[in-house]
Amino acid sequence: MLWSSGTIFVFVMVLLAVALRRVPRIATERFWFWGLGVVFPLAILASLTLYGLILGQRLAPVPAPDLVRVEAEARQWAWTFRYADAPGLVTHGLLHIPAGRPVDVDLTSVDVIHSFWVPRLAGKLDAIPGHVNRLRLSADQPGDYAGASAEFSGRGYTGHVFSVRAHAPADWQTFLQGMNP
Amino acid sequence: MTPRLGPRRSRALQLHRKLITVWSAPPGWRGWLVTTNNNDIGLLFLGVATAFFVIGGLLAMLIRIQLATPRSAFMAAETYSQIFTMHGTVMMFLFAIPFFEALSILLLPGMLGTRDMAFPRLGAFGVWVYIFGGSAVIVAMIMGLAPDGGWFMYPPLSSTAFSPGIGADVWLLGITSIEVSAIAAAVEVVVTVLRYRAAGMSLARMPIFAWYMLVVALMILTAFPPMILGSVLLEVERALGWPFYRVEEGGDPLLWQHLFWLFGHPEVYIIFLPAAGMIGTILPVMARTQILGYGWVVAAAISLAVLSFGLWVHHMFATGIPQLGLAFFSAASTLVAVPTAVMVFAWIGTLWQGRPVMHLPMLWILGFFATFVIGGLTGVMLAIVPFDWQVHDTHFIVAHLHYVLIGGYVFPMIAAVYYFLPLLTGRHPQFRLGRIAFWVTVPAFHLTFLAMHWAGLLGQRRRIATYEAEQGWEAINFSASIGAFALAIGFALVILDLGLNAVLAPRSRRNPWAAGTLEWAVPLPSPVYGFGAIPVIEGRAPLDMDPALPHRIARGEGYLAGADRHRRETLIVDTATGAPAQVAVLPGNSILPFLLAIVTSLSFLAPLFGAHLVSALALVGVAGLAVFWAWTSGRKVDEGPVDAGLGQILPTSHEVPDPPGWWGSLLLLLADGVHFGSLLFGYAFLWTIAPNWPPPSWITPGLVGPILAGGGGLALMFGPRRTVRAISRSQPPRTGLALTGVGVLALAAAAGWMLRNGPDPTSHAFGATVWLLAGHVLLHAVITLIMLGFLALRIWRGYTSPRRNGEARILQLWADFTAVTGLLALTAAWAPGAFA
Repeated sequence: MLWSSGTIFVFVMVLLAVALRRVPRIATERFWFWGLGVVFPLAILASLTLYGLILGQRLAPVPAPDLVRVEAEARQWAWTFRYADAPGLVTHGLLHIPAGRPVDVDLTSVDVIHSFWVPRLAGKLDAIPGHVNRLRLSADQPGDYAGASAEFSGRGYTGHVFSVRAHAPADWQTFLQGMNP
Repeated sequence: MTPRLGPRRSRALQLHRKLITVWSAPPGWRGWLVTTNNNDIGLLFLGVATAFFVIGGLLAMLIRIQLATPRSAFMAAETYSQIFTMHGTVMMFLFAIPFFEALSILLLPGMLGTRDMAFPRLGAFGVWVYIFGGSAVIVAMIMGLAPDGGWFMYPPLSSTAFSPGIGADVWLLGITSIEVSAIAAAVEVVVTVLRYRAAGMSLARMPIFAWYMLVVALMILTAFPPMILGSVLLEVERALGWPFYRVEEGGDPLLWQHLFWLFGHPEVYIIFLPAAGMIGTILPVMARTQILGYGWVVAAAISLAVLSFGLWVHHMFATGIPQLGLAFFSAASTLVAVPTAVMVFAWIGTLWQGRPVMHLPMLWILGFFATFVIGGLTGVMLAIVPFDWQVHDTHFIVAHLHYVLIGGYVFPMIAAVYYFLPLLTGRHPQFRLGRIAFWVTVPAFHLTFLAMHWAGLLGQRRRIATYEAEQGWEAINFSASIGAFALAIGFALVILDLGLNAVLAPRSRRNPWAAGTLEWAVPLPSPVYGFGAIPVIEGRAPLDMDPALPHRIARGEGYLAGADRHRRETLIVDTATGAPAQVAVLPGNSILPFLLAIVTSLSFLAPLFGAHLVSALALVGVAGLAVFWAWTSGRKVDEGPVDAGLGQILPTSHEVPDPPGWWGSLLLLLADGVHFGSLLFGYAFLWTIAPNWPPPSWITPGLVGPILAGGGGLALMFGPRRTVRAISRSQPPRTGLALTGVGVLALAAAAGWMLRNGPDPTSHAFGATVWLLAGHVLLHAVITLIMLGFLALRIWRGYTSPRRNGEARILQLWADFTAVTGLLALTAAWAPGAFA
């Protein structure tokens, strides 16, 4: 997107520069309006939107055989995580997930609106009181990933961060059994 | 030559003297309080808006000091929240909107070939409300009581539980009062553009800026009401505990986001389109040609306006909107690039066919191109949902919106102020300082905000008060801060240069840029009355077709030359063709707008200090002054059609069935109707989306309520019609008036009956909504009742006649609205109980 935007910007600037030379030329509606005003943006936009929708569909929380479910509950200024595979297990500020498997996070909030954002694992999605939003995470590699709340939530907003730890399959089982891997 | 020129010159001078006595405000400070003339009002508006721009700019500097270094200890997080909230609020509500309103009040009458705006006193009222409301918000900030929830004030963060102080109330009440002033200005602009023009100026011959402002004003009338409703709901929830946004009692915080962005996205185009209109005005003159594709540009402006109402959800991509919704709003969001592209290429095509000259206004327009195109392209990126999910609420968004708003609005507006400086001050911008200021401002802007795009892509969230050194954002933020300070110096130089030019630059000759439109047909600086006579025009560029036109206008060749009847008169034309239709009689200087603004602001601001009684008294004052205001216009005798010049005999605006007040009411009711529609939308939204519905119980309609409502509604529709007919036939209007009175009382009684055993408004959102619906009915019943009493009094005192039936027709309009929305409101409240 950066390259194509850059190209379009340069194209428009070149057009402008040529137009600024004091040589009056004939400007036709067919070229300037139908061509540049309508067909040119429509062609680019249609393909871009389509690409975005397909990508969006791929990131969507659709059913999968090896799906893992977790719950994330936000409050001013902390995160609490619960695990469908291990009822009763609760962690604070650190979300554990298996690497290499799709993970759906059910997001909600008990006070104001927050947003769950782990840049390297997914886009952001809001945690809204009274609603449950589902976000698909996928970590290819085990490791720690930084996460932050990304909706302004008052005084403690700056420090409202958390992490996600993606485990290799064996470590994940150890975690679920309540032991620190 | 001299003997022949002499009498002509003296004719122009005679006219000028006559007009100046009729149109001037008294000298000194008292003049500023009573003036209603568009030149004075516009200048006051422009000065105050610029002052708010400076305040907003200083706040931005505080933000950049805070972010210049990691772990900054410059401000505590609490203070920082107030500063960034106020920066956004001041720039959007106290600078951007008022600034273009100021320019349009200043310039539209001249461009349209008329002498003033349609409702001069309403314009003055709007300015004063804005000055009082805006100052109150700033004073609150200085006292440390500013809002701190971000400029879009999402509940529950802005609800009492999480924002207990009065900061949020300052925002809600202060900003709502300013929106009232914006709606006043919008009503004025629409009526002026549609009806107050030079003879022969058909819609297709209107200057492009008038088209843009017509579109913008209609957008204000339809986009601001959802926001006003949202603010009313939040303030009512905060003050009375009615749960519109509280989940536990059937409210939903997402309702605010819908109402806010339903306003907020059109708002972006409300700000951009006036700037685009300025570019469309200035650029062809700088290129010494006509605009390419006038029809295309008008169509693009209209379609941009329509599309902008269909994309508010793109501010909410991360709130959990279903996939299909995302697809629709993503496609709609990318689609706005098409009309925008049409405009941009219309302008470049215009340069292409012309011979551009690099005057200072043109330079700023080039600054616009280089900046706005980037902002537009990042905008398209943001419309792509997966990309938005990553950069949403980061500095990338902040950078994008500054590219669009500063590049797309501030730069063209600077071009506009330079371009119109001769008109405002009589002096032609000259100094080199202007060019230096340009070359400081634009590169500094790009340094600042390119850096911020980069910070956003690296993950810097917006609104964080500090960051850590190891995050690797130091160099970027430091560059952005350096750029921001250079940018502030650049803007300061621009203001300094404009000030110097306004005072010291050499006197300008008439029409210095060789423009073709009517605003340049006046002597410089533009006199208060504008035109010595209302010209007759035959094309879009009357000055190109007839370079002697200014002299002919000054000599009184046209309609309504001079001021023979010793009152402010201008021409009202047929909307489509521009054929002369009426002679408008405008009010003179008056202290009423100032006084009404004081009581209006008092009624808005007193609740902040818990002074609810003061607020109630002020509301009574508002009603009383409004009635007195209306009373002072009108005539007790039929004047009959008057001589409008050029052999035309036209009725005055007092003696037509559709006086300007009728048009004004129609547009005000449009805004009112959208407000009511938003309330129904909110009701439906809560019912279908919010958790904790249905409520514990519905209300049962019974028989009495619906019968009262139905009968009342019918009488309310029928009564005013009968009154108008009776007045038109010189018959006694008693039956019609009585019927109207009975109707409105019955409708109000139906609403009261509903509340008699209605639900508790604090226990569930349904109950709160029912009370609000009933409140809508009762408020409009009171307004109709006041208008009815007013009309009865006017009839009794002899202010009506078969010719002067306009006021009865205005009552009919309001009564119809009250009846229709009243019945809808009651039906909506009763329906679930009736079918349950």
